Amino acid sequence: MKYVDEYRQHHLVKKLSQALHQITTRPWTIMEVCGGQTHSIVKFGLQALLPQKIRLIHGPGCPVCVTPIHLIDHALHIAAQPNTILCSFGDMLRVPGSRTDLLTMKAKGSDIRIIHSPSETLSIAKMNPHKQIILFAVGFETTAPANAMAVYLAKQQKLDNFSLLASHVLVPPALEFLLQSQGNEVQGLLAAGHVCTITGYGNYHALARNYQTPIVVTGFEPADILQGVYLCVQQLEKGEYCVINQYQRCVQEQGNLHAQMMMNSVFKAVDREWRGIGVIASSGLGLKDEFTGYDAAIRFPIEKPLSLKDNGCISGLILQGKKKPCECSLFGKQCSPESPCGAPMVSTEGACSAYYQYSNSRVLV
Amino acid sequence: MIENFSCPLTLDDQQIITLAHGSGGQQTSKLIEKIFLPAFANEHLALLHDGAVLSLPKNQIVFSTDSYVVQPIFFPGGDIGKLAVTGTMNDLAMCGAKPYYLSCGFIIEEGFLQADLQRIVASMKIEADAQSVQIVTGDTKVIERQTGNNIFINTSGIGIRMVDYPINPLQIKAGDSMILSGDVGRHGMAVMAKRQDLAFSSPLISDCASLFPIVQALLQEGITIHCLRDLTRGGLATALVELSESAKMDFSIEEKTIPVSDAVNSACEILGFDPLYVANEGRFIAFVPENQAMQAVKIIRRFSEGQQASIIGQVISESLNPSTALKNSFGTQRYLHRLSGDQLPRIC
Repeated sequence: MKYVDEYRQHHLVKKLSQALHQITTRPWTIMEVCGGQTHSIVKFGLQALLPQKIRLIHGPGCPVCVTPIHLIDHALHIAAQPNTILCSFGDMLRVPGSRTDLLTMKAKGSDIRIIHSPSETLSIAKMNPHKQIILFAVGFETTAPANAMAVYLAKQQKLDNFSLLASHVLVPPALEFLLQSQGNEVQGLLAAGHVCTITGYGNYHALARNYQTPIVVTGFEPADILQGVYLCVQQLEKGEYCVINQYQRCVQEQGNLHAQMMMNSVFKAVDREWRGIGVIASSGLGLKDEFTGYDAAIRFPIEKPLSLKDNGCISGLILQGKKKPCECSLFGKQCSPESPCGAPMVSTEGACSAYYQYSNSRVLV
Repeated sequence: MIENFSCPLTLDDQQIITLAHGSGGQQTSKLIEKIFLPAFANEHLALLHDGAVLSLPKNQIVFSTDSYVVQPIFFPGGDIGKLAVTGTMNDLAMCGAKPYYLSCGFIIEEGFLQADLQRIVASMKIEADAQSVQIVTGDTKVIERQTGNNIFINTSGIGIRMVDYPINPLQIKAGDSMILSGDVGRHGMAVMAKRQDLAFSSPLISDCASLFPIVQALLQEGITIHCLRDLTRGGLATALVELSESAKMDFSIEEKTIPVSDAVNSACEILGFDPLYVANEGRFIAFVPENQAMQAVKIIRRFSEGQQASIIGQVISESLNPSTALKNSFGTQRYLHRLSGDQLPRIC
């Protein structure tokens, strides 16, 4: 398969692994930001190809994992209303809210539909003029433009039965939060290639400079990730901290300007709670004032969220890279994909699910 | 006034299934006479008795049943009728049996098009005839309309074991070679693309097929088969995990030996699916002694469905904690596990 097979060629991967061994003289801790990268690392067993001195830790880049529970509860509340159709990407359906999850609600009769593109939601709205259609808009900068486009078109086409429950999060504020947090161990970052395809990496230069941390915009295939680590270690060994673009086949410095324009015309930066981490200033996207008529959170208000009992899940530490999934006492015991204690075990991009799915570590803990 | 009277139940030229067709009365009889009897014609069914009295060779009988609820009912490479016949015959073949007789039970929603039912029944006939299998008893029920497009089929099958030794997971031995009969993931992706109306540039066509002819050839040509498993829901990965646990053996397989078509691979990449977990309906794995593995592959490759057959791995040893390790070309490995629920399309 073009654009995939080339980056999985074993001789290329082995060559990169050897080169990495040659340049590594000291221990380094590098965070891969995106859950897609975490999955590639665990799925292809890439940690075994790295020098022992290099420690990879898994970042917060799993949109499902960081969605706060009160937003999931809000989606569940909306789905329970009569004459509503809640549209969501598949990943979100299994994530538990305070009391239940969307998949269970669907089985009990709520009209919840898995979509592959936000534009499908508009077709559903047109076909069901007497129902309220709600798009559960989850994700980073990667999914925000298409969701923005849905709102933009709904307004243009006067589809007043459409609204959007915004749960968008932004990567750079989260990275800054991690780099400045107490006890931060991250010395280099592999930035998320797909996010940078949209945003570009212009705003990473200040981050690299201010925190003296090299940042490499990295893809998702084995050769991408090894090259990303190589370019990071090369800088660390030399004491440099620049932004380098490894994922040149997709990412340009300025990003996708059309997508940014659409995103900026519909959304504005808002403070957002990250599950397990807390509120990070200006780290999310909410609808701009001229689009608040399409805000599902306003159309379907919910009372104060339930307070959650502590079930021992350490997702906050996992999402900040401070603990590995197998270091959690619940992992593989009380917590599994069948009965998840936290979102990282549910999402296809969650670190806990990657460890559970691909490794044999569950027999070791 | 009497001239204008017409009872709705006597209308028989209607083109849809109604609740009357499941009443057990006149319409049921007419439906059977019009659609089922001509297609499945044989002396057992012709009696229209409560059951069929069958003659079987003196050997061990294999009995299996399965229900089919696939949506959409027509998909590239097959339909629910083809699936209902090949699926149960494949289950019999996986026990080393030649299929002889099938039963079929239809549950049809009112509003279902009779023309669609006829098409489905025609597919069933083609598949059954191809293996000289008779559909000897059946049942039809009609349920109230929901979408008007649902049909569910149950088939049960009787077969006779072709060899005098057992073929099941407990016969798997350390050192056995694992043979995969062809590329994986076609059926699941074809059905999903059709269901979700996803248009991919390369066509995705289900692998739905009868596996009995291949199994028969393997056994007739003297291959000692220890175990067979058709790869249906959950795909190759789930089948391997189940077998390793039943056999209490560690398995090791090589990723590069598992054929996956470009069309399936691309669709899986886009949706975030792992092709090893995607459903098949015309593929199986066979566990055979290592010294017979090459010969077995040659035999399977003679069939159009088996052209890409390959040895994908080996049974390592007995284990209290059985695992299936998947080795990739970089020399690292990951472990296969059961999935929790279906694979769902990812966010980004």
